[in-house]
Amino acid sequence: MDLENRKRELVKEFSPLLLKTSKWSKIWMIALITIILIGLYAFILQFFKGHIVTGMRDNVVWGVYIINFIFFVCLSYSGAFIGGVLHFFKTPWKNSVARIVEIITVLSLIIGPIFILLCIGRLDRLHYLFIYPRIQSPITWDIIAIITDLIGCFIYLYLTFIPDFAILRDNSENMPKWRQKIYKYLAINYQDTKSQRERLHKITRTMSTMIIALAIVAYSVLAWIFSLTLQPGWNSSIFAPYFIIAGLYSGAAVIIIAMYLIRKYFKLDHYIRKIHFIGAGVVLLIMSLLYGYFTFSEYFSRWFSHKTHDINLLETLFTRYFWKFILANYIGILIPIAILFFKKLRSIKTITIAAVIAVLGLWLNRYLIVVPTLETPYLPIQDTREEFIHYSATWVEWSLSFAGIAAFILFFMLIMKLVPIIPMSGIIDQEREQKRKSKKRKK
Amino acid sequence: MKNNKPEKETSNRRNFIKLGLISSVSIAAGSSLISNLTLGEETEATGEKVKLLTPDGKIVEVAADNINKYPEALITPEESRKGIPNRKFVMVIDLAKCKNARKCVESCQKAHNLDYNEEFMKVQLIQDNPEASPYWLPKPCFHCDEPPCVTVCPTGATFKREDNIVLVDNDRCIGCKFCITSCPYSARQFNWGHKDKFDDKSQPYSPETSIPAAEGTVMKCDFCPDLLRQGKLPHCAKSCPMGVIYFGDKNEDIVTNGDETVSFSQLIKDRGGYRHLEHLGTKPNVYYLPAVNRQFPLERGFNVDEDIIERYKDVPYVQNLKKQGKI
Repeated sequence: MDLENRKRELVKEFSPLLLKTSKWSKIWMIALITIILIGLYAFILQFFKGHIVTGMRDNVVWGVYIINFIFFVCLSYSGAFIGGVLHFFKTPWKNSVARIVEIITVLSLIIGPIFILLCIGRLDRLHYLFIYPRIQSPITWDIIAIITDLIGCFIYLYLTFIPDFAILRDNSENMPKWRQKIYKYLAINYQDTKSQRERLHKITRTMSTMIIALAIVAYSVLAWIFSLTLQPGWNSSIFAPYFIIAGLYSGAAVIIIAMYLIRKYFKLDHYIRKIHFIGAGVVLLIMSLLYGYFTFSEYFSRWFSHKTHDINLLETLFTRYFWKFILANYIGILIPIAILFFKKLRSIKTITIAAVIAVLGLWLNRYLIVVPTLETPYLPIQDTREEFIHYSATWVEWSLSFAGIAAFILFFMLIMKLVPIIPMSGIIDQEREQKRKSKKRKK
Repeated sequence: MKNNKPEKETSNRRNFIKLGLISSVSIAAGSSLISNLTLGEETEATGEKVKLLTPDGKIVEVAADNINKYPEALITPEESRKGIPNRKFVMVIDLAKCKNARKCVESCQKAHNLDYNEEFMKVQLIQDNPEASPYWLPKPCFHCDEPPCVTVCPTGATFKREDNIVLVDNDRCIGCKFCITSCPYSARQFNWGHKDKFDDKSQPYSPETSIPAAEGTVMKCDFCPDLLRQGKLPHCAKSCPMGVIYFGDKNEDIVTNGDETVSFSQLIKDRGGYRHLEHLGTKPNVYYLPAVNRQFPLERGFNVDEDIIERYKDVPYVQNLKKQGKI
């Protein structure tokens, strides 16, 4: 059978990715595990000694952790959004990037909430959230939204995995026993019959729209944690859409970075091609324009109407945080726009550079939303001890942040060991589609 | 009442009681009495009997000794959610009299077992505009009627009582700090690390006393409900040598600073009383009387330790004074 042969061929092509671990990826994994272990040590220290080991104090009570939380959750949001859109509109070149996007979505949604847990002073009382819930609190909304979103994304990711699990199950004679068992179990008896295939496509399509909606809700609620308070830098009606756009911006950028690394280290030039980078680059360009527009509107209206407390905040931003502000809101937006705007400048490398700048700029932008606002409350910070006035993150916070990033990369690598990063079923679907088209033409 | 209390305090308390708070004392004592009786404690009869009103409205006659046992009676976190019936506590701070003597800060720290650097009551140096003369502003928790901190709490660890008081139950607080970020007055503190004093269980925890504090939880000014139940003034009001802080009950329309007792509404009307950052809509229960006709020059407030002065170093006015070599 033609189809079966093609499947076998694909498994053969991708099985080195699954089965063989190169020297470099081993080194990478060891390095990542080391970083995670250091983070774990930092966590144990924080758990037993209390938040005194962090740089957070009475005025700046939320620091790097909540910034990472926003950052990862927004990554996930944009992953869901982009993945959903790609799937829903049956984008022709989506197959090579779809799985990258979906894995980013789920992983960041697992890692993000860990950071919010780090902000909590009494982790031993976490279950109180469910014993004494108060539905009025935006935190409760956030918990509901994130859990729902996580379940939705998990289902979606799994749905897209099923056909590949089935292919791997049918062609895994040479693979170790445990792998065969896992694939058999996870493929839930999917036989790729016509009715099964149609049903799966239908469910996946429905889920792809669902997770777009879920992600919008989850991310708006996250923005409301800030914008529903009275604080001068946060109480803004555009925060929810602003966060969504910012999320898409960083999401598109991280997808580009992931595409670049995977292409380079796993030699998938054949599947991840320049057209993917150009496509993602154009998405990033649109997002950077939107994001720049939102950022400008946000600060411009504060500056123009110059309420006392807004001006206090802006003054801090333009003195103490001057360079960070320039890096986040000028360089972090204008440079990617400049690179992506001109067709001649668009190459795989430059697009990736633009993406890196975008991610760093966005992280800094979140920092400037959280920290300076907490440093300039309505009533000036006075009559308090010196070290309580300004925030600077300690090594504990940094090492936990890096542990988060390391865990993200490590899990990504591990998932890539389980299923091919390029969906085989997608390749087959594509070829089937092409055949049908050529048949139609012949007729 | 303990006999070794200073004479002044006693008279303050008497003033306060005279002004109608007696019923609150009675109610509180009544409930404690019931718990005492159910415990089967023998009461030593001294012959003196007092008529009291129980929470369910009955009048009972009890031995006077029992009332004095009240301070030892524990108001559990569950009980502390109810509040003292028929009270609407308010505070009025007369800015014209404040000279940053810091007695309110210190007595509050002592009473709540706070460290030198932890303060429920802060004194800020505020200058409303460049032309205005700066003034000292003692800042407790404002116990708002629309408290943003209570709205955002995910577990109900912080709550608003019927008697206007906003309390924190640190047995239930998970330490998410959302209340700290949502309070526009920066009234809340967090226990960042472990301290030996948290282990002191000699006194059972009550949200009404905020002792002992617990690691990883939030704390703040509590208006001293334990004292209010005894008909006493909060520590800050009692200890202020200038009588800056008036405390009382809106229902009875009375506030007192211990020396002087006045009508709350009249005071606010006559002296132009206002609430801080009214436009935020939080409806605080702490009112300020503007700093007009000062009783002391502002500089008297710098008559404090060097490290306390350091705490105001970012205030433009202080920077100016330093430049001129006046501090």
